Amino acid sequence: MNAIDDLRCDVLVLGIGNLLWADEGFGVRCVEQLAAEWDLPPSVTVMDGGTQGLYLLPYVQAARRLIVFDAIDYGLEPGTMKRVEGDQVPRFMGAKKMSLHQTGFQEVIAASALTGQLPEELLLIGVQPQELDDYGGSLRPAVKARLAEAVAMAVARLTDWGHAPRRRASADSHRLNGSALTMAAYEAGRPSAAAASRIGDARFLVA
Amino acid sequence: MGAYETQGFKLDNSGKRVVVDPICRIEGHLRVEVNLDKDNVIRNAVSTGTMWRGLEVILKGRDPRDAWAFTERICGVCTGTHALTSVRAVEDALAIKIPENANTIRNLMQLNLYVHDHLVHFYHLHALDWVDVVSALKADPKRTSELAQSISNWPLSSPGYFRDLQNRLKKFVESGQLGPFANAYWGNPAYKLPPEANLMAVAHYLEALDFQKEIVKVHTIFGGKNPHPNWLVGGVPCAINVNDTGAVGAINMERLNLVKSIIDRSKEFVEQVYIPDLLAIASFYKGWLYGGGLSSQAVLSYGDIPERANDYSPGNLLLPRGAITGGDLSKVHAVDLKDPEQIQEFVNHSWYKYGDESKGLHPFDGVTEPNYKPEGPKFKGTRTKIENLDESAKYSWIKAPRWRGNAMEVGCLSRMLLGYVQPTQYPFIKETIDGVLKKLDVPVNALFSTLGRTAARGIETLYCADLQVKQFDKLIAAIKAGDTATANVEKWEPSTWPKEARGAGFTEAPRGALGHWIRIKDSKIDNYQCVVPTTWNGSPRDAKNQIGAYEASLMNTPLAKADEPLEILRTLHSFDPCLACSTHVMSPDGQEMTTVKVR
Repeated sequence: MNAIDDLRCDVLVLGIGNLLWADEGFGVRCVEQLAAEWDLPPSVTVMDGGTQGLYLLPYVQAARRLIVFDAIDYGLEPGTMKRVEGDQVPRFMGAKKMSLHQTGFQEVIAASALTGQLPEELLLIGVQPQELDDYGGSLRPAVKARLAEAVAMAVARLTDWGHAPRRRASADSHRLNGSALTMAAYEAGRPSAAAASRIGDARFLVA
Repeated sequence: MGAYETQGFKLDNSGKRVVVDPICRIEGHLRVEVNLDKDNVIRNAVSTGTMWRGLEVILKGRDPRDAWAFTERICGVCTGTHALTSVRAVEDALAIKIPENANTIRNLMQLNLYVHDHLVHFYHLHALDWVDVVSALKADPKRTSELAQSISNWPLSSPGYFRDLQNRLKKFVESGQLGPFANAYWGNPAYKLPPEANLMAVAHYLEALDFQKEIVKVHTIFGGKNPHPNWLVGGVPCAINVNDTGAVGAINMERLNLVKSIIDRSKEFVEQVYIPDLLAIASFYKGWLYGGGLSSQAVLSYGDIPERANDYSPGNLLLPRGAITGGDLSKVHAVDLKDPEQIQEFVNHSWYKYGDESKGLHPFDGVTEPNYKPEGPKFKGTRTKIENLDESAKYSWIKAPRWRGNAMEVGCLSRMLLGYVQPTQYPFIKETIDGVLKKLDVPVNALFSTLGRTAARGIETLYCADLQVKQFDKLIAAIKAGDTATANVEKWEPSTWPKEARGAGFTEAPRGALGHWIRIKDSKIDNYQCVVPTTWNGSPRDAKNQIGAYEASLMNTPLAKADEPLEILRTLHSFDPCLACSTHVMSPDGQEMTTVKVR
């Protein structure tokens, strides 16, 4: 982590989405896994951006290069990975219908541009979600199966950019978030459907 | 349900129905339907939350000490406030006392959030309801500079500065990628500012964007990380070690000095940029005093920022606590979150099921059983595509919370009004409000309006910026006196807890009263209910068909253009509903007419 009085970093790796909403959690799970398994040079900041929208602007403005993990509705088969680069990124982030944070992040990119502080390079590592409307649910198998691949894409790109991460001997002690939110604890602690109703708003179910 | 009267409003749903569907993408989706009379005046308003959420779905059976981490994820904007409310609920249930420094640090984080959130709200989520960006392109930079220098000493005010900015803006608009400026109603006659004031406001919009960089550091310092800081039942997770010089871990003098400089600069920015802008913009709109809604009759605040740790009584809260009902400003009622007679949620018009819906339920006994059935004689559409709701039936995913049976407005205007009517305890609030009213040359009644709500937010920011300085000084004094305790872990182990316990935690989130109610059984969460600010303000009708705060605020507002509901957005935004929403405006036959961004 950088010194607090200076947010600047060479590369910001940002996971966005909401881990309480099934495949919406993909981006956050990616950065968690990256931070757990890989030792990153100090020039790289890994951040769980959640659904903070415009509040992420200071971090994006301060980054020279940006990698974003996100679940994006491209209208493809669930679990399909898609990489989007540079000025194509905002366009794709607007493509999705029912995200909880998408509009917010598109604005972050626009506001970075407007203030003349857009990162020089942008890479969006996206996955096609299967289910976004299961409150309290976790990643669906088709999406979860892509975590390793998504993390590998980021590692490869960081290496290309001259910030090669090194694989850790053990992932146990490098958690980005508290232990209660780790995927295993989150999934294991979910109340049964009988104890807490899981029926959602039909209008927001992915068709 | 035809025409009827409630809370002093005459509701009539016979006129043309206009649907504004701002989909709030974070805290819950929000949609509004209104009926206009032949002069395009709103005669009926229906506010609905269109997304289901129940926290017990996630929390039941989990460790109460972890609840904050989950509640922090409910909403993209109120993260820290939810976390703080949650740890307070658990501390209340288990009778855990926190150290003084923990209270002061929590206050500093909360006050920092207020200043940050209110600034972001004013400039980035609300200003564009008053400021016409396209008109700024026509401004004369020299006259803009004169205007800026006439209202503030802020140094960034030369003609060259505004000219450069205007060029940048021009390029941005020409690029076609409007981003935050896309899909607004530029040129609508409801915009009243001259081009120069618009350009000045846009300049400060951008400066405020950049200023966020400073503000966010405070949460990183005290919360260990950002944007999702750490919290702890029993105190705060950061240790204080003034002699420490290391880069990680404890709070040391270097960190504290950084906090001090951010606090000072925040105060300066609020005093020299935010407040002068607010007054300048307000001076052009003081004839537009719609949107008061319930604020003149029923307001509620739980209060916050305890001066001393563990004392949550009204006399110890630096942000006022209390309720006003029936428009009687001379009486501030005591508010008790645990009294089963006070806060109750009704579901007569909400898509939930109670055994007996003639009664409301206190959150301790809250039931969240969905019953999604859009219906009623005037309902049009299907389960998955609603064209028109029928407010005589169930019509919202938001429950209807009531305080002693009254629909209440919560948020900055409620807090500032409660401060204003208690001048002995809150002289700063009273004096600042009087100063603003005098400067704008408007009567006290002007506070009960959209503009009043927007002004109250600015006044509160000024107050909080000032409180930050005082809380910081208190922390330093305590540390100098040798007190470095930040956590009490006596009751950390569940073996020390009673078999069953229940507690209520509260904060004032920037957008209003926030309460969490927890029941703990055998060391696990048995029930968890949140009543969030948007539940109060966005409330649907109740058993007595009383309308909620959003609904009331839209009543009797004339629209300059029926197909450009700028006035509706302006008023709803003044409540600060949530961060990123987008709106679809439908014509009465259900065709989508236009889409705008709504925040």
